[in-house]
Amino acid sequence: MDLDLTERQSAFRAEARRWLAAHTPTSPLPSLETAEGFAAHRAWERALAAGRWSAVTWPEEYGGRGASVIEWLLFEEEYYAAGAPGRVSQNGVSLLAPTLFEHGSAEQRARILPPMARGETIWAQAWSEPESGSDLASLRSTARRTDGGWRLSGQKTWSSRAAFADRAFGLFRSDPAADAPHRGLTYLMFALDAPGVTVRPIGRLDGKPAFAELFLDEVFVPDEDVIGEPGQGWRIAMSTAGNERGLTLRSPGRFTAAARRLVALWRERADEAGSAAGIEAAALRDRVADAVIGARAYELFACAGASRLAAGGSLGAESSLNKVFWSELDIALHETALDLLGPHGELSDAADDRDAPGPWSDGYTFALAGPVYAGTNEIQRDIIAERLLGLPKGRR
Amino acid sequence: MRFMLDQAQTDFGRTVDRMLGGADTPHAIRAWGRGEHAPGRAVWGRLADAGVTGLAVPQAYEGVGPLPVELSVAYVAAGRHAVPGPLAETAAAAVLLGALAEGGTARSGQVAKDWLPRIADGRALVTLAAADGGPYALDADAADAVFAVAGEELWLAPGHGPVQPSFDPARRLARPLPGGELLARGPAVAAAAARAADWAAFATAALSLGAGLALVERTATYVGQRTQFGRPIGSFQAVKHRLADALIGLEFARPLLYGAAVALASGPADGALASGPAGGALASGSTGGARAEVAAAKVATGEAAYTAARTALQLHGALGYTDEYDLSLWIRKARALRSAWGSPSVCRARVLAP
Repeated sequence: MDLDLTERQSAFRAEARRWLAAHTPTSPLPSLETAEGFAAHRAWERALAAGRWSAVTWPEEYGGRGASVIEWLLFEEEYYAAGAPGRVSQNGVSLLAPTLFEHGSAEQRARILPPMARGETIWAQAWSEPESGSDLASLRSTARRTDGGWRLSGQKTWSSRAAFADRAFGLFRSDPAADAPHRGLTYLMFALDAPGVTVRPIGRLDGKPAFAELFLDEVFVPDEDVIGEPGQGWRIAMSTAGNERGLTLRSPGRFTAAARRLVALWRERADEAGSAAGIEAAALRDRVADAVIGARAYELFACAGASRLAAGGSLGAESSLNKVFWSELDIALHETALDLLGPHGELSDAADDRDAPGPWSDGYTFALAGPVYAGTNEIQRDIIAERLLGLPKGRR
Repeated sequence: MRFMLDQAQTDFGRTVDRMLGGADTPHAIRAWGRGEHAPGRAVWGRLADAGVTGLAVPQAYEGVGPLPVELSVAYVAAGRHAVPGPLAETAAAAVLLGALAEGGTARSGQVAKDWLPRIADGRALVTLAAADGGPYALDADAADAVFAVAGEELWLAPGHGPVQPSFDPARRLARPLPGGELLARGPAVAAAAARAADWAAFATAALSLGAGLALVERTATYVGQRTQFGRPIGSFQAVKHRLADALIGLEFARPLLYGAAVALASGPADGALASGPAGGALASGSTGGARAEVAAAKVATGEAAYTAARTALQLHGALGYTDEYDLSLWIRKARALRSAWGSPSVCRARVLAP
């Protein structure tokens, strides 16, 4: 049992650190949920790709470095410690790409992955529908067979990044006569500017168009954009949901860097407040400590998972533990920062007052969505109870 | 990096766990609470046979230690079966005597020779009172020696005051009597006592994690069997989600415990913080590394076990509130361990110490 790095891993980390120090934008980019910010983040992805840092775990032929999960952890740690921008390519890199590696064809990987790595194609997800959220298998958007491909019709919603993205991936009902809701679904990719697609951006809590509704009217998708076998979409979508993706959706580096910034903020505020803050300071101190402990726990949990994968093991329902933990940690951490900021904590990230919370405010808004997306925490708790604790299935 | 138990460590944990599973610890705990120590000492004898009692004792004194990873594995099993007795205190005393003997005086070498081999093979069960752990020595009435640290002095106490019952019937607290035999004096005592207190907190964290796991396991079994409204109560989301939250707390406390073990193994001057992938969330510098890692593990395991206890109590209904149902032995232990060797707030302050 150790946390030691090999020479190769240390060298990898040092290289990442050097590159990030030389290339990370010196002032924060505008929010990626705005048109201007989206373009700036896309340009940053291009810069990352030029240094071959945009998808380090991918094989070299697609623009990666063939890095191990442990090296990925190191890269992420360095990335967020350097204060580098949020990743506008996240949907593609951490959700679609693993699916393509497991179920896609060689042709699809060669065609889709390199432009994804370069930020040329930004991907949105198209899972939820107005009547199908947690009960995703009840989805009703259809894929109808036609010459050389499929015609998509229906409505998708809460499609993250879709306001500005290029393409989307999701599940569609291709066999309405199938004997169970999760059968007869097909995993497809489509262009957001294809004829028949209407994108209606939706403002998130702070008004920024972080997601969108998609209206699909007989949208043509060629056969080459079907992933895996038609009708097998559910199995394909779920097979990567629990494994490495559970570990890589939110990297520990995000939280360890945020926890360090929180401690710095707390020390600064404690110095300003002096001893007068009294009991309130002790209560806040405990919350700061809990954020630090939580980030460390998440980091070490990931180290354990990465070690297990490196030893040939696998991860299963544990990724549900992960999802609940990081999403709640993220909120607690940002709430603590806003509380430390006292009367300035309510200012939005658009405020330019000298005491405005800036990234803490945007981070808080972002964090609030965590317990909802990627499978609500209620669904995750059901999975934990049924698969890890062996409790009987029941009505939701 | 290989941040996981190896096969031998996994097997060791299973062996200790299986052995304790056949030791009828609830009987030993209830007897212990009445001041009858024989069944509890018999359980300790089994721990000694499995090699647990030598894990904190240096090899120079017939132990196999210090092996913090193995100790945490064994103590998680001990917590899972709620083994009575001064487990954390005996390990901490072994670390204390070992540290004083190392480069110490002839006198401290003799003290180590007198006690450590007997601790290692399970003949001696000892306890320790030190500032970090409060004024009491746990189970002083059952112990073969009561060590007491006062500032820069280490004493072998001449005895103990009246035994005070704890919320946990398996824990009996007494103040050491003043005086006795002065074993060591000087700054080395304070340094060794701080190290010993970290080990006591670490061992307590492992016991807490084990107790919490037992509470969740027993409760999961119970709610799968208990039927109301025509179905097992474990099929209701309100029940499932409470148990899921309890499990999340424990499963994220576990890596902190192992992180603390790695930090303790690398010595007092070098924590895992410096060598971990991150430089770590707890990047407070290298000297305080192990102390901060242990404190983080203590907070997380203590809170998680306590949450598990509250959950177990609630989901068992009135049954969980009874003294006679064995679950209560774990519920009460989780509460007591939470404040032993560093309350949550004290440990949180340590996590942030510069």
